Amino acid sequence: MSTLALSGSDTLVLARRNLKRIRYQPDLLIAYTIQPVMFVLLFVYVFGGAIDSGPFDYVDFLMPGIMAQSIAFGGFVTALGLSEDVQKGLIDRFRSLPMSRAAVLLGRTGSDVLLNCLSIVVLFAVGFAAGFGFIGATAGEIVLGIVLLLCMGYAFSWIFALVGLFSSTPETANSIGFTLIFPLTFASSMFVPASTMPDGLRQFAEANPFTTFADALRSLWLDTPAHSDVWMSFVWIAVLLAIFAPLAVARYKQVAAK
Amino acid sequence: MTEDAIVVEGLEKSYGAVHALRGVDFAARTGSVLGLLGPNGAGKTTAVRILATLLEADGGSARVAGLDVKRDAAKLRARIGLAGQYAAVDENLTGFENLEMVGQLYHMRRKDARERATDLLERFDLTDAANRAAKTYSGGMRRRLDLAAALVYRPPVLFLDEPTTGLDPRSRLQLWETIEGRVAAGTTVLLTTQYLDEADRLADRIVVIDQGGVIAEGTADELKAQIGGERLDVVLEDMSDAETAVSVLADMCLERPSIENHTVSVPVSTHKGMIAEAVRRLDGAGVEIDDIRLHRPTLDDVFIALTGHAAADEPSSTELQIPEEMRA
Repeated sequence: MSTLALSGSDTLVLARRNLKRIRYQPDLLIAYTIQPVMFVLLFVYVFGGAIDSGPFDYVDFLMPGIMAQSIAFGGFVTALGLSEDVQKGLIDRFRSLPMSRAAVLLGRTGSDVLLNCLSIVVLFAVGFAAGFGFIGATAGEIVLGIVLLLCMGYAFSWIFALVGLFSSTPETANSIGFTLIFPLTFASSMFVPASTMPDGLRQFAEANPFTTFADALRSLWLDTPAHSDVWMSFVWIAVLLAIFAPLAVARYKQVAAK
Repeated sequence: MTEDAIVVEGLEKSYGAVHALRGVDFAARTGSVLGLLGPNGAGKTTAVRILATLLEADGGSARVAGLDVKRDAAKLRARIGLAGQYAAVDENLTGFENLEMVGQLYHMRRKDARERATDLLERFDLTDAANRAAKTYSGGMRRRLDLAAALVYRPPVLFLDEPTTGLDPRSRLQLWETIEGRVAAGTTVLLTTQYLDEADRLADRIVVIDQGGVIAEGTADELKAQIGGERLDVVLEDMSDAETAVSVLADMCLERPSIENHTVSVPVSTHKGMIAEAVRRLDGAGVEIDDIRLHRPTLDDVFIALTGHAAADEPSSTELQIPEEMRA
């Protein structure tokens, strides 16, 4: 077999492993299902009444943002899983095997994509139940939005891979994720229009890629006129991947068990 | 002439200002078990990590199974197995799935990987637990699964990094039997341990390392001879009996017994029947004894004899500076 085919088969073996693990860690599924549902309910019914979302019903404005946030955080399981693998010495085992050096990370990030698909289904279901509806969106635009979400989630999986490889315990990975990355999602147009924010924060929010992702989804699903956000989103995804994938692979080659 | 399976020459590794290995040399004959003996922080794990291609050395060279650990690392990984104190198994997979996964990552066909997994579980006495998540396993079972994972591809060279550290005595004994029974057949083993009895039982040759350097080398018997071997300590009721005791025990021992406080120490070459014989003789001579015990040399004795400090000492100041993550 060629190197590429071997690396593909290693990746599949490890992706399957990550999915099999969920049987014994059902709490991981909560991150993919219950948590996004809680967020939708919280924002639509608790905060929603007090938020001015311009011409849209708040649930319509919110859903693209909350989906972008949930999917960006889908890769979080990668950080947890990798830091656990480092802690338990499994990374040492993998690194001592004649397998592809990228397969552990490709398998991780790859299984995230499947779990993110599950998240998207759950989010659409709860969104529709809460009154969300597409506005002037073609089937192609709806699908492009989903593809955009999955690509974005994939890029973030690599960021979380790096976080996981630098964390000595899953708890550390957890706190890095939630103290550094989580606030970034709020300083964006994901939950409220950036135009309502004070100077300084507003400019930050406008430059924040999370704003780009959320606005791109709105342009596709709600027919807002921000079409440059769509291709800008893909540029962001490419940039994030180009930076974080090589960093994560380099870190993987160095990392040592505790 | 066949090359030794493991050849290490002048191996050096530093973490910042801390020298974990300062020019270490050793070799393991193909098919033999080499014990790397030393206290925590001596450099044992660093050496194994370099040989298992997980870490690059700063200097020196190492060849395993005829391959250079740095230049031929990718090829070498197909010829080594690694197991140890971390018991690197996936707790959220079953025992069977763990072994199947490792087999597949060695690029065995799925069917072969499954057959091998079933076979190994059987041989390691894990068949009943094969379909249970590894997180339900006891410490000893995890180590056995870990060892089985290292043997999936029948590697000619096996690294065991402190395989029994932290195990209870029964699991330890079981694991020793497993290592002896399954590994001796032609596989070259490098075993690191903090325990002399472990090295004694499993290793053909022992290399003692301390603070990053080799301080002694030889068979277990040679090392023990170097530090005085076994001795019988007899604690007397009455010190005035000391000379009598020495004279009746004199021909049982290798050299003249020494007397200290109330104890007569008798260096012996074998412990078989020694206590009974000594008690008979002392009783016959009317010497009353308070206690009698056999003292076997321990790692501490080796270290006190070789370095002047005990193995169980707190790590010396240089070792303390090695950050945890680097000590691995």
